[in-house]
Amino acid sequence: MSDLSTTYLGLQLRTPLVASAGPLTGTVDGVRRMEDAGASAVVLPSLFEEQLTHEALDLHDMLESSLSTGAEAFGFLPEIEHYNTGPEHYLELVERAKRAVSVPVIGSLNGTSPTGWLRYATLIQDAGADALELNIYFLAADPTLSSADVEARYLDLVEAVRESLAIPLAVKIGPFLSSVANMALRLEEAGADGLVLFNRFYQADIDVEELEVTPRLVLSSPNEVRLPLVWIAILYGRVRASLAATSGVHGWEEAAKVLLAGADVAMMTSALLQRGPGHIAEVEAGLRRWMQEKEYDSVGQLRGSMSQQAVPDPEAYERANYMKMLTSYSGKAQP
Amino acid sequence: MSEAPGARWICVDGNEAAASVAYRLSEVIAIYPITPASAMGELADAWSASGRPNLWGSVPEVVEMQSEAGAAGAIHGAVQRGALATTFTASQGLLLMLPNMFKIAGELSPAVIHVAARTVATHALSIFGDHSDVMAVRTAGFAMLSSSSVQEAQDLALVAHVSSLASRVPFLHFFDGFRTSHEVDRILPLGDDDVRALVDDELVWALRDRGLTPDAPVLRGSAQNPDVFFQAREAASPFHAAVPGIVQDAMDRLADRTGRRYRLVDYVGSPQAERMIVLMGSGAGAAREVVAALSDRGERVGLAIVHLFRPFPIGALRAAIPESVRRVAVLDRTKEPGAPGEPLYQDVVTALTETAGAQADQVVAVTGGRYGLSSKEFTPAMVKAVFDDLAGAEPRNHFTVGIVDDVSHTSLPIDPSFSTEGDGVRAVFYGLGSDGTVGATRTSVKIIGEEAGLFAQGYFVHDSKKSGTVTVSHLRFGSHPITSTYLIKDAEFVACHQFNFLDRLDVLREAAPGATFLLNSPFGPAEVWDRLPVEVQRTIVSKRLDLWVIDAYRVARDAGLGLRINTVMQTCFFALSGVLPKEQAIATIKRWVEKTYGKRGHEVVERNWTAIDSALAHLHHVEVAGEPTSTRHRRPPVPEAAPDFVQRVTARMLEGEGDLLPVSALPVDGTFPTGTSRWEKRDIAQEIPIWDPSICIDCGKCALACPHAAVRMQVFGPEALDGAPEGFRSKEFVSRELPGMRIAIQVAPDDCTGCGVCVDVCPVKSKEEVKHKALNMEPAEQHRDRERASFDFFLGIPPLRDERLAADTIKGSQTRQPLFEFSGACAGCGETPYLKLLTQLFGDRIIVANATGCSSIYGGNLPTTPWATNDEGRGPAWANSLFEDNAEFGLGMRLALERQSAHARRLLSELATAIGPLANEIIEAPQDTAQQIDAQRNRVARLEDALAAGDDDPRLRDLRSVAHDLVRRSVWIVGGDGWAYDIGAGGLDHVLASGRDVNILVLDTEVYSNTGGQASKATPRAAIAKFAARGKSTVKKDLGLQAIAYGNVYVAQIALGGGEMQAIRAFNEAEAWPGPSLIIAYSTCIAHGIDMARSLSHQKDAVRSAYWPLYRYNPGGEGHPFHLDSKEPAIPLKEFAMSEARFAMLARTAPADAERLMAEAQEDVTARWNLYRQLAEVERVPPHLPEPATTGSATSQSDEAEED
Repeated sequence: MSDLSTTYLGLQLRTPLVASAGPLTGTVDGVRRMEDAGASAVVLPSLFEEQLTHEALDLHDMLESSLSTGAEAFGFLPEIEHYNTGPEHYLELVERAKRAVSVPVIGSLNGTSPTGWLRYATLIQDAGADALELNIYFLAADPTLSSADVEARYLDLVEAVRESLAIPLAVKIGPFLSSVANMALRLEEAGADGLVLFNRFYQADIDVEELEVTPRLVLSSPNEVRLPLVWIAILYGRVRASLAATSGVHGWEEAAKVLLAGADVAMMTSALLQRGPGHIAEVEAGLRRWMQEKEYDSVGQLRGSMSQQAVPDPEAYERANYMKMLTSYSGKAQP
Repeated sequence: MSEAPGARWICVDGNEAAASVAYRLSEVIAIYPITPASAMGELADAWSASGRPNLWGSVPEVVEMQSEAGAAGAIHGAVQRGALATTFTASQGLLLMLPNMFKIAGELSPAVIHVAARTVATHALSIFGDHSDVMAVRTAGFAMLSSSSVQEAQDLALVAHVSSLASRVPFLHFFDGFRTSHEVDRILPLGDDDVRALVDDELVWALRDRGLTPDAPVLRGSAQNPDVFFQAREAASPFHAAVPGIVQDAMDRLADRTGRRYRLVDYVGSPQAERMIVLMGSGAGAAREVVAALSDRGERVGLAIVHLFRPFPIGALRAAIPESVRRVAVLDRTKEPGAPGEPLYQDVVTALTETAGAQADQVVAVTGGRYGLSSKEFTPAMVKAVFDDLAGAEPRNHFTVGIVDDVSHTSLPIDPSFSTEGDGVRAVFYGLGSDGTVGATRTSVKIIGEEAGLFAQGYFVHDSKKSGTVTVSHLRFGSHPITSTYLIKDAEFVACHQFNFLDRLDVLREAAPGATFLLNSPFGPAEVWDRLPVEVQRTIVSKRLDLWVIDAYRVARDAGLGLRINTVMQTCFFALSGVLPKEQAIATIKRWVEKTYGKRGHEVVERNWTAIDSALAHLHHVEVAGEPTSTRHRRPPVPEAAPDFVQRVTARMLEGEGDLLPVSALPVDGTFPTGTSRWEKRDIAQEIPIWDPSICIDCGKCALACPHAAVRMQVFGPEALDGAPEGFRSKEFVSRELPGMRIAIQVAPDDCTGCGVCVDVCPVKSKEEVKHKALNMEPAEQHRDRERASFDFFLGIPPLRDERLAADTIKGSQTRQPLFEFSGACAGCGETPYLKLLTQLFGDRIIVANATGCSSIYGGNLPTTPWATNDEGRGPAWANSLFEDNAEFGLGMRLALERQSAHARRLLSELATAIGPLANEIIEAPQDTAQQIDAQRNRVARLEDALAAGDDDPRLRDLRSVAHDLVRRSVWIVGGDGWAYDIGAGGLDHVLASGRDVNILVLDTEVYSNTGGQASKATPRAAIAKFAARGKSTVKKDLGLQAIAYGNVYVAQIALGGGEMQAIRAFNEAEAWPGPSLIIAYSTCIAHGIDMARSLSHQKDAVRSAYWPLYRYNPGGEGHPFHLDSKEPAIPLKEFAMSEARFAMLARTAPADAERLMAEAQEDVTARWNLYRQLAEVERVPPHLPEPATTGSATSQSDEAEED
């Protein structure tokens, strides 16, 4: 029987299949179902500092502006002991999830201010998280901000958080960096124990009927796995940090691919949202079957076996796709 | 005041002081909101919700009832079971408790009612304080205990509870509404040990032992006959007789415990006083100061403060009056028309007469007078006037003080320069209700009183508007106890937190010479002087004021606090007033910010700290010019064109000089002209909507939606543009029916509140830039002058009365003149668009019965009223009776109309020969449409002309007096959900059952909006509200379905934002239905916790989620009377609900509860939708309406007359 165990952020995991941050891991019950289905670790949804701030200020503004609008009422909503605008809910989720499952529970944080990142990172650690994933989700919309500025911001942040934390630290980044590989190295230098590739940026949509910009969440498709796959293949062997693939892992094939490329773990959300947490068990079974068919002894054995450094044609991970397509197209087009 | 060892001062208001004791000593608390007592119930409810125990370790049951009558009934039931019970109320609420009060007292059941004493409505409602309510219940058999200050409100609350237990007589503990209930004062709190020390558990157990139990059954509440009732009534006399002794004993024990000593009648002043005043309540504060001041001058004066009013402590009063006294003035804060004197006066006269005895040779002359009705200021100068009068040769009796009575000539002359203000510091802060000034001042009182070791007092005055409310906060502090129960006149510190107030208010009126003036100004120290109106400059120069400016909005904005300037201004106050060393002040304010805002989020605290830190860097001293230099003047309170009454009376009130109006200036019976809001140019909007005709599609939704009638629409011929001012905008009106016409959408720039609802509902988006609509909010300052001129011109355009633009369309209705305009409702109010629409459809023929509530306040709170008249002088006639009786009130109007109309028709028939063919024309004329009604008006006018010249036949004169009722009238009964669902439900039901032709409009905000958002039976499951802080757990009452059950009641549920045309149709159908009609209108409210600019968008989502299905049940239709006008639910309830804080806050604070309640609420919505869908399929033959008495009798008599 193949050994599926792996190590991620120094955590020993039963399999490389991890439930990544998403709505399903937002409740203790959901986390429990993930474990039951075979997830080897669970990443909780991100605590968004911006959202906390926004909610707190909104609440403050609403409560204050309706005060004293007349002699008869000092306000219009009951005064409540705890509005819970802070991270308490989230921290409670961490604590309860930790108590509810035996697999590692990884907290996730998206901060906006230096103090916010540090404060919430420490709080999540203190709540019992086995590791923390910094979900660096930042749309550099300000044209005066250079890519160097953005990168410096990331690095400073990781360094600062690393210094204040004792638990392992993963950094989840987006693919839209001028030099992903260089950033990966520098993030590792700054203290990242692992890299999670990649963030799927929220992309607004336009409603052509109402002429409104609308939020629209689109779940990932299996095709999207190729982006993390490529970068993991490139980074494998070049960074010591753990590598996690996220985006597009829907079935055992994608899991197998990212492991071959060099990932320590394959993270899943969209497929679980579509098919339910029980899908993890199917992926595990498929992966196990494939490994047996291919006679792999362990994940350790196959991991990175198709990384850029391990394949006969390393350039295939760079421009090969484009070249091949042209070649095959022109080949077909010829009479 | 002596201080117990280790005592710690706190700063609270009178309501909290009393409630804290009542809560600890109760097991059952039945509540119902009423100003100014609501806070006591709210606190009790909040404490109970948070699990705070009473003195015995259990959490009191706090239950909101449907009315004060219900609360009293519940209390009565609780004491019958032997529970400790209490309630809180005021004014009419207390009167509704009266029948149960007789019962509770008659059965010798200990209980306490705490009353924030408030004026009982007479010629007008007033939320303010006097003793007319408590005096109206003085015969009930309750003991009555009066507190004069916040400290006393706490201490005597305890005395009341303790004495009630000991005596078995129920107690009414009262203190003055607002002056004490809302005054924040520094007091020594009663700890649990203090309370326990006075309560005898044996008495509690004895109460329980008397409680009803099937184990030892008894019967109480028998019906008795002439043989024994009288004797039984007398049997309880010893219990009442024992009360004074018991109360004094409790007071003595309180003194032993705390050092604070009270007597049944307290006396202060010279032991050899010759003249003295007797009074009760907060007036004692001002009177104490005068007695002290005059005594210092050697005058022999004294003051008796009555605490126990019932049973009247004759002996204690006699004992309190020094033997040297020869003249006594008894001051009553109430008026009892027709009585030989007011109640306290009569009691004192009786007491002195009965106890004269051996001292008969030393005759004491007693006079009585009235003061302070409806919180009228009661100042030391007025007290002095009373003492002066007593010193005169012939003291006046039955006088008034504090007003100028130039009608009955009862008022005493006052020397306004007399003052007893001590050496403390006085500060006055002018702010907006929404800018946090009141909250900041309350905090300042607490900081000064609890941390700076000084005595402090805060009192707050609001104007009568709900949008752009001006607040004036009065703050005193110093090293001596503060007894000044009156507004500050000479302030050492004045702050104006809104720069634009300078243009319309005399904010420096209270500034003492040399005072510090802190101004929130967008203009810096170099520029500000030239921006001030000349009147302000003049005062600054003449009073040598020390002027400081800060751009607080900028500081707040930079700190990420948006418009929240309160902590910025507070920091400046502390820095300039020097109440604490600067560093200590800043540290203290920061600590309080954390204490106050900490639970709202760390970020809120941090941003406020940032604002505090940067405040002083932006505070600048201004070098003042030696002379006024400005040519700009403060705006007159009303335009010159305003009518005489508005100029003479309304304008004075708007200027804050209503106190100076003499009696003769006021109407004798509470009758006021309508259409006065148009003269009050409040100019409160920072941004106003500006029309872009180039992309407008003429839909009229903006005008329909405008809650303030400040966006108007008019269609007119091009010739009407002659003389249009430059910049007046119009465009071609796109209409097949009315070709060649033009349309204008015009804002009333001085009346707009800037709420933004019009822009939100505008469906047009520019092709080039979608954010640009046909209406766009733009800075008012840039557009005001042009829009003023345009609006003036717009008003002069003759109104369109063209049937081709039907009134039952959006466009058609919006070309009709609104006769409800510029109300002071909250910006973006969800109620007022319905009222405006009502007046556009039928305004020239309606009489409105308006329940007390928001709509009666923005509709009828002086100085001005939004109910208006058209060019012909017609418009809604409006009256408010009470909260509970509005349906009955409106029915009475209908009955009167029907009777008078029938009488007119009968006379017309009888006099047909003399009158000629016109008589029958009038009788037979249809009056179904506006045009037909107009035609009838013309006929009746001809008839009246003919009758005016008529002969001596008294029947002709009789006909003349009722002829106008031959024109169809429409009665509209208007009120909120508190009235319709709760307190007025019984009457409403009865009126619906009557079959009479009344129209009922329920403005359903789903909470008691006016008193601050308390839950009603209209509150939906899963929403939080006051009295339902953990989320309402029961389903919203389906009022519409209840009415539909009758079968012959027209019922519609509407939401303007969810279906404009459905709403218009419902109004028309309701008005046309000859029986009762009920329209339930979804009304967005600031109590929902929403952005009111999106008021109608929320309505839209309420309908889309089937939270608020639109339907019409029309008994006049055929076959299927129930029409479900909503489409299938398009979004889940949660999507709608989570956009409103009332739902979303619960999801934050109690997520598990919220999830469960939201799931149940979704079930409610789904089940109701399914039910309605089935109802739409149901065939039903509605029951017949009763034969209309008017038509029936008139027709038959007319027929008879013809046959004769």
